[in-house]
Amino acid sequence: MSAPLLDVRGLTVNFTTRFGEFTAVQDIDLVVAAGSIHGLVGESGAGKSTIGAAVMGLLPGAGRIAEGTVRLVGEPLEALDDDAWHRLRGNRISMIFQDPQTSLNPLIRIGDQLIETIRQHGDVDETEARRRAIALLDETGIADAAARIDDYPHQFSGGMRQRVVIALALCTDPELIIADEPTTALDVAVQQQILDLLKRLVADRQIGVVLITHDIGVIVETSDRVTVLRHGQVIESGPTRQVLGQPQADYTRALMAAVPRMETRLARFRGILDDVSADLAGADARHGSSGHSFRVPGASAEHASDWLLGARKAATSPDTKAQIEARPGSDADPSTSPLLAIDEVSVTFGASRGGWFGIGQRDGVTALQGVTLSLMAGTTLGVVGESGSGKSTLAKVVTGLVDPSAGTLRFDGADLPPGSVRARDHASRRRIQLIFQDPYASLDSRFTVERILAEPVRHYGHAGDKADVRRLVASMLELVEMPQSALRKYPHQFSGGQRQRVAVARALLARPELLIADEPTSALDVSVQAQILNLLRDLQASFGLSMLFISHNLAVVRQIADTVAVLKGGELVEFAPNERFFTAAQAPYSRYLLSETPSLDGL
Amino acid sequence: MLSDARARWQRYRVDNELLYLFLHSPVAIVSAMVASLAVAAALLAPVLSPFDPYDIGGIDLLDSLLPPAWQAMGDARFLIGTDDQGRDLYSAILYGLRLSLLVGVLSVAFASLLGVTLGLVAGWFGGWVDALVMRIADVQLALPAILTALLVDGIARGILPDETHEQLMLVVLTVAIGLSLWVDFARTARASTLVEKKKEYVQAAIIMGMHPLKILLRHVLPNILGPILVILTIDLAVAILLEATLSFLGVGVPPNQPSLGTLIEIGTGYLFSGEWWIVLFPALALVTLIVSVNVLGDFLRDVFDPRLR
Repeated sequence: MSAPLLDVRGLTVNFTTRFGEFTAVQDIDLVVAAGSIHGLVGESGAGKSTIGAAVMGLLPGAGRIAEGTVRLVGEPLEALDDDAWHRLRGNRISMIFQDPQTSLNPLIRIGDQLIETIRQHGDVDETEARRRAIALLDETGIADAAARIDDYPHQFSGGMRQRVVIALALCTDPELIIADEPTTALDVAVQQQILDLLKRLVADRQIGVVLITHDIGVIVETSDRVTVLRHGQVIESGPTRQVLGQPQADYTRALMAAVPRMETRLARFRGILDDVSADLAGADARHGSSGHSFRVPGASAEHASDWLLGARKAATSPDTKAQIEARPGSDADPSTSPLLAIDEVSVTFGASRGGWFGIGQRDGVTALQGVTLSLMAGTTLGVVGESGSGKSTLAKVVTGLVDPSAGTLRFDGADLPPGSVRARDHASRRRIQLIFQDPYASLDSRFTVERILAEPVRHYGHAGDKADVRRLVASMLELVEMPQSALRKYPHQFSGGQRQRVAVARALLARPELLIADEPTSALDVSVQAQILNLLRDLQASFGLSMLFISHNLAVVRQIADTVAVLKGGELVEFAPNERFFTAAQAPYSRYLLSETPSLDGL
Repeated sequence: MLSDARARWQRYRVDNELLYLFLHSPVAIVSAMVASLAVAAALLAPVLSPFDPYDIGGIDLLDSLLPPAWQAMGDARFLIGTDDQGRDLYSAILYGLRLSLLVGVLSVAFASLLGVTLGLVAGWFGGWVDALVMRIADVQLALPAILTALLVDGIARGILPDETHEQLMLVVLTVAIGLSLWVDFARTARASTLVEKKKEYVQAAIIMGMHPLKILLRHVLPNILGPILVILTIDLAVAILLEATLSFLGVGVPPNQPSLGTLIEIGTGYLFSGEWWIVLFPALALVTLIVSVNVLGDFLRDVFDPRLR
């Protein structure tokens, strides 16, 4: 039997850093056959990309292969010199990168980029190279390739650009392609097309693909075999169906339990990993602090919970009382009047009426058009849509960061003025809180967690003296299942999930009634996502919070939302209860989105 | 106890990126040492120097234009010779360093205060405020520092009585140099503010309804300090150089007060008649100081600007 296409044995990669020697991946075995897709799946820091870089000979300066062999059709690669690598890389092994925006040179026509690569590796003349480039673009599904070959990268959409990148990877007729998160930056519908294309190319050309991704759905839909990685080690490996369908290892089982599914709505995720405390203990050991022993006297999750419930018992605080009295038609049944009502809201960016004689008159870009939605108290409204659908704009309109160009907002029966005229001490600024997508940017990196959390408490005058503030802040950390020792640390000392917990705590410390979550889990690993979703669900159950949950991930919305709204190009396509939407969506676009979302049905 | 402190220092040394990179950059260490030596020499000038160049009584015209001590005509009292008024050059350089550093630090402090404030305001509020501040900055850039100095000097002479004028030279110099340097700070602060303003932690503060001034001072300012610090160091060198230039051209401190610039100016007059030491030693002191401060500034820029790594 001939040697397999790619044969990695006992691969160990070490990085030399200022903190000492660090092992990124350890003792990895990986065999990829021609004509098959091998998935590498794992959470951030699992070492997926490091394996890809090691196979490509593209390890960054500080990294080196400490042990093990990498063979391409029996030929060892780890001992090659730079010249040999240059001939091999791009010729027999190619790579597809995550972001099609940055992997093409924006100043060079795509045709020239293709022709340059073809001529670099093969002895052909210009016309022949051009003919091949057109054929490749055609093969990767670019319509009218002969005409589009002279376009610049910016003239293509994201999905089309990724097709060009794939054509670029194919132009030397490689045997092996490393695809590092090739669809992560793309919308679901486009993702599906790219994955179909990859599958077709593998079957037609009999190439081997190593598909690196964190998305279990993508793996299930495309790969033949899969290797599950964690902390740089192989947890489980084998045929996809077997490994992910009947996982043997605890970690794989926990991972699969954390993947949100579209078929059923779970009360909460069960059997997932709970590694918050484990991670923190590790971080404490590294920073040499006393760890969990740090406690603020009198602080407990119950204290925070009582405090939150105290506000909720009745709308007794003076400002809400005044509002209730001022509210026109306050005799309306509170169970049927929505907490948040968005009525015919439109947003246009960059429009100007022009100065002299209409010079410079512009129509602008419409981000939202006539959207009408309502959110009942104590429920969650999920807003889904592809990029550019206006979902984030909707959150900004409600929080007042963006003014609507038409339409009105009502919150708890009273008018909610547009952001630019909303008073700084308007009650809604406390009652509506926002949780952002990126937990790295949403916390001030120069503040300790204590200062970050104390800010809303002081700002809204929730607690008297310093000791009170401290007690409340420490209690809230407990409530979001973080140790109190976190108080003294800075955001960069935490993982993404822990940071997102801090962000949730900050929002809760305002004592909000409406929580707007803008893609709160899309920057997180799937097991952390499950933990955060559980946390949000628990908070809602205990405190009757209402939530506006914005996401591009239908499966996540399936799990958390009570009602679902679909946006497309700024317009509302469908607005339906969760169960009805996921079992019998009405609008064709909704059904299209649902069908394009990778599912775990194949298992 | 001691070993505990040492262990903590060891850990801090690795954890703190700035310190770590500093301790692994010999060039930065050397220039930091030279710069702090210069600052120490300036601060301790009255202790270190054998003569007081401001004390007219201690100066003897008979000692003028003496070469360094190791030369044939040299005098052991004056290590590196004397200038045309018989002042000890070594003492004059120490006092000159003092004056140059003082003017440099004061004018950079003035420039950064003005520039960062205007930059923060322009970046935050945008619109016509931004346009106004930035156009004023453009006009300022079109004026050479010497013109600004002459303008400030002229105004000061016009409105102040003659006697106070001599003492106010320092203020005039500081204001003039500060005015020609604030644009760097304003542009950097504005650009960084524009970036920070879009970040989510600032948006969170806006949503809370926090006062813009509070947001600027508590959240934005600490987060843009990195690039500001870089400008601060680089502009310190520029300011010292500007002071020397202005004094050299006769717009700066009066000739009887030794600054590095006035010493060089005096020296150039004697360069071709053979008294080379009057220009050489002050110039060496100036160049060493400027180079070390510049290298430190470059080091800081490399640390704070990840794109340059």
